[in-house]
Amino acid sequence: MIHARKLAKSFTVRRRRVDAVRCLDLDVGAGQLVAFLGPNGAGKSTCLRMLTSLIRPTSGTATVAGRDIVADPAGVRARIGYVGQRNGMGESNRVLDELVTQGRCYGLDRTAARRRAHEMLDLLDLADVAARGPGTLSGGQRRRVDIALGLVHRPPLLFLDEPSTGLDPRGRAEIWAYISRLRAEHGTTLFLTTHYLEEADAMAERVIVIDHGEVIADGTAARLKSDLAGDQITVTTTGEGDAASAAELAGRTGEAAVDGVTVRVRVPDAAAALPGYLRALDAAGVKVAGAETARPTLDDVFLALTGRSIDDTSA
Amino acid sequence: MGFARDTRIVFDREFAPVPRQPVGLAFAMLQPLLFLLLFGSLLAGSGAGEGGAAAWQWFVPGVLLMMCLFGPMQAGYSLLMEAIGGSLERLLVTPLNRAALLTGRVLKEFVILLVQAALLVVVALPMGFRPHLAGVFAGLALLVVLGVGLGSLSFVLAIASKPSGTIFYLVTQTVLFPLVLLSGVLLPLGSAPAWMRAAAAVNPLRYVVDAERALFAGRFGAAAVPYGLVAAGVLAAVGLLAGVRAMRRAV
Repeated sequence: MIHARKLAKSFTVRRRRVDAVRCLDLDVGAGQLVAFLGPNGAGKSTCLRMLTSLIRPTSGTATVAGRDIVADPAGVRARIGYVGQRNGMGESNRVLDELVTQGRCYGLDRTAARRRAHEMLDLLDLADVAARGPGTLSGGQRRRVDIALGLVHRPPLLFLDEPSTGLDPRGRAEIWAYISRLRAEHGTTLFLTTHYLEEADAMAERVIVIDHGEVIADGTAARLKSDLAGDQITVTTTGEGDAASAAELAGRTGEAAVDGVTVRVRVPDAAAALPGYLRALDAAGVKVAGAETARPTLDDVFLALTGRSIDDTSA
Repeated sequence: MGFARDTRIVFDREFAPVPRQPVGLAFAMLQPLLFLLLFGSLLAGSGAGEGGAAAWQWFVPGVLLMMCLFGPMQAGYSLLMEAIGGSLERLLVTPLNRAALLTGRVLKEFVILLVQAALLVVVALPMGFRPHLAGVFAGLALLVVLGVGLGSLSFVLAIASKPSGTIFYLVTQTVLFPLVLLSGVLLPLGSAPAWMRAAAAVNPLRYVVDAERALFAGRFGAAAVPYGLVAAGVLAAVGLLAGVRAMRRAV
């Protein structure tokens, strides 16, 4: 569905060259749900804009839905849907009218566009607000309208740029329910960006991490976590001397860090490693006050990859 | 997908909200009429220009052109609002023709302008205005061409003034008034000092308004007509070219 080779985009901002996307290689097969992950400014949106033909790449090539983004942008546009970061409805237009307009933009005649618009209203539970303008809709409703607008022409590939940003937890859960349904019912390929790590973790079968305009990791969330971050065992000892011994013992099985009386150990499988570790500590005479295991999050993955947390890199 | 079809789609989208705001529409209709009655009557009485009934012949096409300046400016501004929101981006991802986004919008302003124009002509009739019917239609067609150019240029300006839109206001407020005076739309340039006439000579609007006056009077063969056509045509071509380019930077 998407094949990109050495895709790059640079801008000139105040006479300085900014490489938003450096060298992107990407292959996404039909039917996948891919989350594109990275801190603000990592180049996610720029990538999406190139792949959706909104901007031209500085160099490199890409085919999206079988069409070249530079040679045949119109062909790309006809075959993809796009839900941008901001709301897509015009301020003085109404929900139903916008859906009909959108259908016509994709070449449907009025009757077909109207029929399709009503299907979308039903699909996204928007029938009640069909005659309303955007000013009277809730954030979640507006976002659903955006998704409906992106789906009117039943594209085989849908791009979503931060579909759940700015919504409350319930609104986010709702949006995800629709996205999952869409996939189950129509087999749509979904390519989305998010900076909610837990969402990418729970929903996407493939996570691509991008930083400074380059892909730095690519795989299933589970795989990334076990390869790049690993599980964690946290042991609380009764004294700093014990903590040091505990860290030394842990050094044989994993990577350990000491913080006061607490020792954190990274291991591939914490639940399996914990009993043995505790026995070893006991045998060495180290007093343990408490122990727990934790599965890694994607934030740990990001930390392991870049040395930064994904949230404090708002550059 | 045809340019005409896409223009129609954009036009329909823009026009749909208009009948929902009847009060705004009523005021839009009233404004040029008030202007005509107040300013026009002063002008006809003062003897500036040609005086008497002939003054209406001279003045009505000028008012139409002035309205044509303000309407398309609105089109540019409304497109800026859509660029700041996400709806322009959403439309740009569809196969919709880029230029149609500009022309569809300008045409919407134009339908309103046409109704204003019809009202204007009807109100001016009892005061002695005697238009040539075919000439009026030709004149309005010329205004459409001019409007496409002005609307597109206003969009270019609106994009340049992103994100706040302040520059848009400053420039339009500063430029519009001198542009109107230097075109001889409201007051004849005949009595102007030489430097003003020189400045007016490079003002494309001046040629368009001269052509409008000739057309409204039914003088299709007048030398002013081809000049006006060229001026409006060049403005439209430059405007559309720059407008479509600006749209790439708009999102």
